[in-house]
Amino acid sequence: MNTLTTKPLWYRIRPWVWIILLIAIYLWAFNGLNFEGVQSTAKSVSLSIIDGFAHPDWDYVYDPEGEDLLRGLLDTLIISILGTFVSAFLCIPFAFWAAANVSRLRAVSGTGKVVLSVIRVFPEMIVAILFIKAVGPGSFAGVLALGVHSIGMLAKLYSESIETIDPGPSEALTAAGASKLQVLWFAVLPQVIPQFLSYSLYRFEINMRSATTLGLVGAGGIGTPLLFALQMRNWNRVGVILLGIIILVVLTDLISGWIRKRIV
Amino acid sequence: MKAATIEAPQRYKRYLTWIFFVVLIVVCAIQTDVTPYQLIVGLPQMGTLLAEMVPPDWSYLPTIWKPMVETIQIALVGTMLGGILAIPFALLCAYNVMPNRTVSVPVRLILNLVRTVPDLLFAAIFVAIFGIGPFAGMLAIMFFSFGLIAKLTFEAIESIDPGPLEAMTAVGANKIQLIVFGVLPQAMPHYMSYLLYAFEVNVRAASVLGLVGAGGIGLLLDRSLGLFRYDRAAIIILLTLVIVLVIDYGSTVLRRKLL
Amino acid sequence: MIEFHNVSKVYPNGTRGLNNINLTIHQGEMVVIVGLSGAGKSTLLRSINRLHDITEGDIQINGQSITEASGSGLRRIRRGIGMIFQSFNLVKRSTVLRNVLSGRVGHHSTLRTVLGMFPAEDTELAMDALERVNIRDKAYSRADQLSGGQQQRVSIARALAQQPQIILADEPVASLDPLTTRQVMDDLQRINRDLNITTIINLHFIDLARQYATRIIGLRAGEVVFDGTPEEATDEVFSHIYGRSIHRDEVLGDHPPGEDIVTVIPDPAPARTDGVKS
Repeated sequence: MNTLTTKPLWYRIRPWVWIILLIAIYLWAFNGLNFEGVQSTAKSVSLSIIDGFAHPDWDYVYDPEGEDLLRGLLDTLIISILGTFVSAFLCIPFAFWAAANVSRLRAVSGTGKVVLSVIRVFPEMIVAILFIKAVGPGSFAGVLALGVHSIGMLAKLYSESIETIDPGPSEALTAAGASKLQVLWFAVLPQVIPQFLSYSLYRFEINMRSATTLGLVGAGGIGTPLLFALQMRNWNRVGVILLGIIILVVLTDLISGWIRKRIV
Repeated sequence: MKAATIEAPQRYKRYLTWIFFVVLIVVCAIQTDVTPYQLIVGLPQMGTLLAEMVPPDWSYLPTIWKPMVETIQIALVGTMLGGILAIPFALLCAYNVMPNRTVSVPVRLILNLVRTVPDLLFAAIFVAIFGIGPFAGMLAIMFFSFGLIAKLTFEAIESIDPGPLEAMTAVGANKIQLIVFGVLPQAMPHYMSYLLYAFEVNVRAASVLGLVGAGGIGLLLDRSLGLFRYDRAAIIILLTLVIVLVIDYGSTVLRRKLL
Repeated sequence: MIEFHNVSKVYPNGTRGLNNINLTIHQGEMVVIVGLSGAGKSTLLRSINRLHDITEGDIQINGQSITEASGSGLRRIRRGIGMIFQSFNLVKRSTVLRNVLSGRVGHHSTLRTVLGMFPAEDTELAMDALERVNIRDKAYSRADQLSGGQQQRVSIARALAQQPQIILADEPVASLDPLTTRQVMDDLQRINRDLNITTIINLHFIDLARQYATRIIGLRAGEVVFDGTPEEATDEVFSHIYGRSIHRDEVLGDHPPGEDIVTVIPDPAPARTDGVKS
């Protein structure tokens, strides 16, 4: 009797409970940001930023003697290529670990999935900082950071494609007297390699974006000169670097997208 | 006769692709001085670093609690504002809502441009304008999630069932009515789900914004590392990890309910 | 020679898949196993190369017990047994030739095959196998570009490349249309006769069973309820194997499937039975 009368009431007020909860959360969140009003310098700074972006520092694009935009962008590109390359291989054992159809024990794939989600949520900037402490600042730390961080996502995608393969060819190879490794090589890999490649390229596009800012913490690439330019409020230079980043990211997206379409 | 003429197809193209790929990797490695040797030399240092992180400085926990909360607040507000801003742009981009390409194509271009700008660069610029603090971080997260949500949402809008749209046009609905009665009911669950997904991404992004002075936990991480207090860095990283995992889990559960 | 000695299979949930099977199949026989789905046909076939384990008894292949074999010993027995599947089980993205060559992996070391170093004779063997099923000209096509019938012939070629003494075929024509069904069955029959390979086929079309088999084994609830020549396998025998009257869709013939027919099964054409008797 009691449940009959309370249930519809709960259904009626439930949306309102959600809305009030949301409003409360956001009041709390806005409050926490304690916005103290726009600084008096804000207007002049904004104007100089806009002015800087309108007049990029073209001299910085190429400088035969030292650090220039092209070299920084090339470094960034290389960091993301190598980082993706490293993780594309490192993640294969993780992928087989996390795939539910590889082992009969569910606990095995379960722990694999948990490990991967822990790797995935670890921000790459923090990974980069840790590697800088280990191998010193520079591109190598950036490569390792991307290589390790990307394992989380790539291995998850890989393991999902391993889970969806057709088991028939494996059965046929087993019936023909193949060993475990031969089954893997002749029946499993041919089915998953194209997808692995496609996912790696997709991750390369993401890594390209990350690589542009790794230098802010000292892990190589265009981020380092960007940080200097920002600290010196050299907006003309920030403008030209931003332009370079946009062009590089758009170009690599186009190329990688084109290759991905051809693979599948 | 016919069988005898079967020849293996030429495989030059495949070999060339492989050679190109190997050369590319080697050249890249040389250019950046990336060698396995360096890694082997660096690994012990990595070990020392990890050793210094144990045990984490638990007494630091009360100090980092407030910045951690601030990180979440930045992500919450930034995601919401970015999400609201994304709605009109997503509608303007979708070809099935806005068949007029002179509007949708330039809007798409803007979206793509916004998405190429790294979130930390947004943050650095806003710090320059609005000063050091969470407000600049919130704005950075807002623009960053605006690009992400708008792109995902307009793709969802383009894949909705065209039937109701046709029906609305047939009964003589205007554009606004079409959107409110034909598009929104279908796109809403997707949009909400993307909002939650963006929130997950943003909590992670907000945790490093402090590196450029845009508020949140990142500032303390930067400071602890600068002072070589790895035990404190460890507790910060641990707390971040726990918070992000909890939020990811909650958001995944909510998203599954939505779709 | 394949010998079943008191073979039983009990599934973990207690279901009896096979119940005390005793059979001897001689070299060169063309055996068709019939029975309702769930009667244990597939289990029986797959126990021969131990894709399914049995729980009691012993199966011997040419005097060697596969039940007791393990590791490389098991793989050595398996490579002498070719297998053909209902859904072909080809790697669709690989070329036809590579699929056929994959039948050779049991003959070489893992390292050698993984490096792709198949001897030249293997490629020749694979091409000959493709020749035998008339699709040599497709050797360098990708498997997914072929029709269903062609794909099944590739999988026959893969089995042949193993140079087996035995071929097992699990419902080889169940996903093919009537015309390609005949072609595939003709191929299997020709291979059985030309190379004297023992062939064991699961079928559910009783007219095909009568037409191609030299021996028919009827299974019901995991037990052998009939074992004899096609001539002995009358309609009454089939009704007994199935435990009910025969349906039209159990006859390939020219009838529309679905309706019950009790005894109206056309006798196999004389020209066809000639071949079977040999």
